Amino acid sequence: MTATDRPGPPLWLLAELTYRCPLHCAFCYNPVDFARTSADDELDTEAWLRVLNEARVLGSVQCGFSGGEPLVRDDLEVLVAEAHRLGYYTNLLTSGVGLTEDRAEALKRAGLDHIQLSFQDTTKELNDFLSHTRTFDLKQKVAHTIKANGWPMVMNCVIHRLNIDHIGQIIEMAVALGAEYLELANNQYYSWALLNRDQLLPSREQLERAERITNEYRAKLGDKLRIFFVVPDYYETRPKKCMNGWGNVFLTVTPDGTALPCHTAKMLPGLSFPNVRETSVGEIWYDSEGFNRYRGDGWMSDTCKTCPDKEKDLGGCRCQAFMLAGDAAAPDPVCDKSPAHQVVLDAVARAQRPGAVSTAPLVFRDPKASRQIAP
Amino acid sequence: MSIDTPTLASRFRMQWEEAQQAWVLLYPEGMVKLNASAAEILKRCDGTRDVPALVADLETAFDTTGLEPDVRAFLDMARQQQWITEA
Ligand code: SF4
Ligand code: SF4
Repeated sequence: MTATDRPGPPLWLLAELTYRCPLHCAFCYNPVDFARTSADDELDTEAWLRVLNEARVLGSVQCGFSGGEPLVRDDLEVLVAEAHRLGYYTNLLTSGVGLTEDRAEALKRAGLDHIQLSFQDTTKELNDFLSHTRTFDLKQKVAHTIKANGWPMVMNCVIHRLNIDHIGQIIEMAVALGAEYLELANNQYYSWALLNRDQLLPSREQLERAERITNEYRAKLGDKLRIFFVVPDYYETRPKKCMNGWGNVFLTVTPDGTALPCHTAKMLPGLSFPNVRETSVGEIWYDSEGFNRYRGDGWMSDTCKTCPDKEKDLGGCRCQAFMLAGDAAAPDPVCDKSPAHQVVLDAVARAQRPGAVSTAPLVFRDPKASRQIAP
Repeated sequence: MSIDTPTLASRFRMQWEEAQQAWVLLYPEGMVKLNASAAEILKRCDGTRDVPALVADLETAFDTTGLEPDVRAFLDMARQQQWITEA
């Protein structure tokens, strides 16, 4: 790297504190081999405190605590307090399971700025919502706790083939819970979601209907609830600018301390990623092979290198290129200029069939399934 | 309707970032990097002064006049972005 293309600071630090999670989402973004990282392999409190300090010195300013379920870690309050003291804006990404009133108050005292509450099993939660059963009561309690502590109410819901037709009710549910922001994030097909892609990818008709209904609610609700709708990239002809550029603003640290440019990058073959136990965050960010590999455009295939759009998307997602085209340096197959674009078209074509596309059962994310897939 | 006495909305936090050599606005999962004049205006949106007082304060600090139209245009934009509210 020359001085001129030295990247800016890792503005965003994502601390994946643990892979432990009480839930089993079929669209989980954790790696399918997550069970290889046990609780004993996780970074301890001291190591996380060091990571927070080192990254802040480099210029990290947004800090996300995620997982798994970050509330599983009983040192979460300690980490949030340190992040707050260092001047980070602190975000907690949680399913809400384990967010008791006591913990919420402790997190507030520690200086937590924001909680993003996610719906996991919307189908179940929707049924509960419609039938007023206990789990929904639980969600309502958590939502109440969040508001009582003065945090903005930000909800996230992963949208897929099995829940997209209930988009109206999902929005109603968010309103009932007092949400100010609702992110309707269409599933991205990595990790567990890729295993379940045929069951989860919606049809074009479903998608268009969902967007239309979302727009109707936007008009009706105005400023009361701001709704973000993220279209699945399989339905685009140009890829998204993944992570805003490889090693450009995002730094993820996984539960065992591996540092990654994005939370799925560990799957890429032939790339080694440093661990914060052995390497300082500064060296990792500026000097490691793993972070430098896909910076700039030297790594690009000719299709991308000569493309007038390359600044716009930087060739898309490296993991998607690897998963679908077998080559991490290929154009993201979502791009219609990609030689492997047909793979995406085929998946999309299958998704247009009515009803259940696949008779295969959904694979739910749990340690047993993980060990079967990646012993 | 334009704003009378602006104050930074509670959802936003403004701070100086050494690494970026800039003031930034932080909010849930996001950040806006402010240019110098935006930062000077927003620093003064603390609910203690109305727009004319804010303008006067800036004009004194930077020894200049005629800032009002620019300041009002910026405040309109900032309110649309929900960065500021009425105190
Ligand atoms: S996606 Fe679901 S299973 Fe995966 S970490 Fe989040 S809550 Fe847990
Ligand atoms: S060819 Fe490469 S750079 Fe051009 S639009 Fe497609 S992915 Fe982006």
